Amino acid sequence: MRIGVVCPYSWDVPGGVQYHVRDLANWLIARGHEVSVLAPADDDTPLPPYVVSAGRAVPIRYNGSVARLNFGFLSAARVRRWIHDGEFDVLHIHEPATPSLSLLACWSASGPVVATFHTSNPRSRAMIAAYPILQPALEKISARIAVSEYARRTLVEHLGGDAVVIPNGVEVAFFADAEPEPAWQGTPEAPVLGFIGRIDEPRKGLPVLLEAFPRIAAALPGVRLLVAGRGDEEEAAEGLPDAVRGQVTFLGMVSDEEKARLLRSVDVYVAPNTGGESFGIILVEAMSAGAPVLASDLDAFRQVLDGGRAGELFDVEDADALADAAIALLRDPERRAELREIGVRHVRRYDWETVGADILGVYETVTAGANPLMGQAD
Amino acid sequence: MMTAVWIILAVLAIGIYLSWTAGRLDRLHARVDSTRAALDAQLVRRASIALEIATSGLLDPASSLVLAGAAHDARGAAEEDREIAESELTRALRIVFEDPGQVEDLRARLGGDELVGELQTAVRRAPMARRFHNDAVRSARAVRRHRIVRYLRLAGHAPYPVTFEMDDEEPPTLLPGGTATA
Repeated sequence: MRIGVVCPYSWDVPGGVQYHVRDLANWLIARGHEVSVLAPADDDTPLPPYVVSAGRAVPIRYNGSVARLNFGFLSAARVRRWIHDGEFDVLHIHEPATPSLSLLACWSASGPVVATFHTSNPRSRAMIAAYPILQPALEKISARIAVSEYARRTLVEHLGGDAVVIPNGVEVAFFADAEPEPAWQGTPEAPVLGFIGRIDEPRKGLPVLLEAFPRIAAALPGVRLLVAGRGDEEEAAEGLPDAVRGQVTFLGMVSDEEKARLLRSVDVYVAPNTGGESFGIILVEAMSAGAPVLASDLDAFRQVLDGGRAGELFDVEDADALADAAIALLRDPERRAELREIGVRHVRRYDWETVGADILGVYETVTAGANPLMGQAD
Repeated sequence: MMTAVWIILAVLAIGIYLSWTAGRLDRLHARVDSTRAALDAQLVRRASIALEIATSGLLDPASSLVLAGAAHDARGAAEEDREIAESELTRALRIVFEDPGQVEDLRARLGGDELVGELQTAVRRAPMARRFHNDAVRSARAVRRHRIVRYLRLAGHAPYPVTFEMDDEEPPTLLPGGTATA
């Protein structure tokens, strides 16, 4: 099948949508499909052979955060040419409701279009105003995919209609087969908690975890906390009492391999995020690596953890609840083993094998419906 | 003279708008038709594989009968009974495959693994196709409700699009990885 994929966000900047598009393209190519990805990128960025640059993206404030997008007359012409030259059987557009390449692609598309909606936002005035502008372009989409039940709800509230839920994919084997790092592994006396995420982004929730940590250390004096992620560690550790400062290690930015090894090593992975998550891929990665997960009770996390069956949940931003849950979990090796086992089974639905097959299923559904009727005008 | 130019421009603008709307509506009707065709294909496929499993001799006779009956009814149902018959097939599948052991047992038999794989695909794709169809119906209806579309009958003779309503919740035992509960 010839598949054209449109990624609205700049290929130079790492991000969830970009990773998803990259992994999807690799998965499809490995199965013999022809894939072309159109994405914004700077001229000097090295690109994989399947990516076509749509030119440099402009940073712009949209819907509460700054994104690097491209739009305008020239971009529209580029998109049109790419679609025309590509002769795709199906066009897969990501995040079509942003003012970007994706929306332009939707506008110019003529064949079967599949769209994936990644974000979940509360209904905003701006979106309501945008609705009549978006509607004619979005009508061309024959199949909508939402990455979570939460993202689907956002979509239904904002734009009406419906979507199927296909989660983001994870290379489960990459995490499951990673080699644990002895220095990051815990012992029954000195168990290890792990955290991965931007340390200077409060929504990732590190402050909540650091607030809870002295209580955890009081109950389990040997406990250690490993923090991986970009940001100023001095500033982050400011509120920590000196007595426990030595038990918290900041690892800085880690590579994908180190991330997998870290998740393979820790006794419990903590996700204290306070909001703004539509999926929670890190939880799936942790479960793939066999780490028991303790996460805040966000809608998206609850969904990924199968309502709390595949991991423990605590009230959002409640440091005491986090501490209690962490202590209980660290003292209960049987429960951890059980969570590990459930997690490994549960993540199969997020494995690229499953997710890729579902997405391909969507492509086949729209092309199967479209082809015989294309020439059959009434 | 100026007035005449303005009138001509206005008429032209209205004409362009109407023709654009008619084109939009036409595209939406085509989408309704194609998603409906895709849904039909997926439902037929699901009934066929259910029937194949039922007649394979790999299931116990009671389950086979339940499944064969439901699959047969779904395939032969008249248009107005289709939603009910397909829902019945969904329920039959859920009941037959309620126990994870049943799935394991079928997989372990010769050729069973392949059948389960096909059934898994079919029970996943039917709900997908149905959502895509109902989504298309909703979009078409939204445009058809516009006053100008109704007064000028831009929809022509195209039938008013209807959604396809059925129970299509797949058996949890057929989800990848099964249910998370131990």
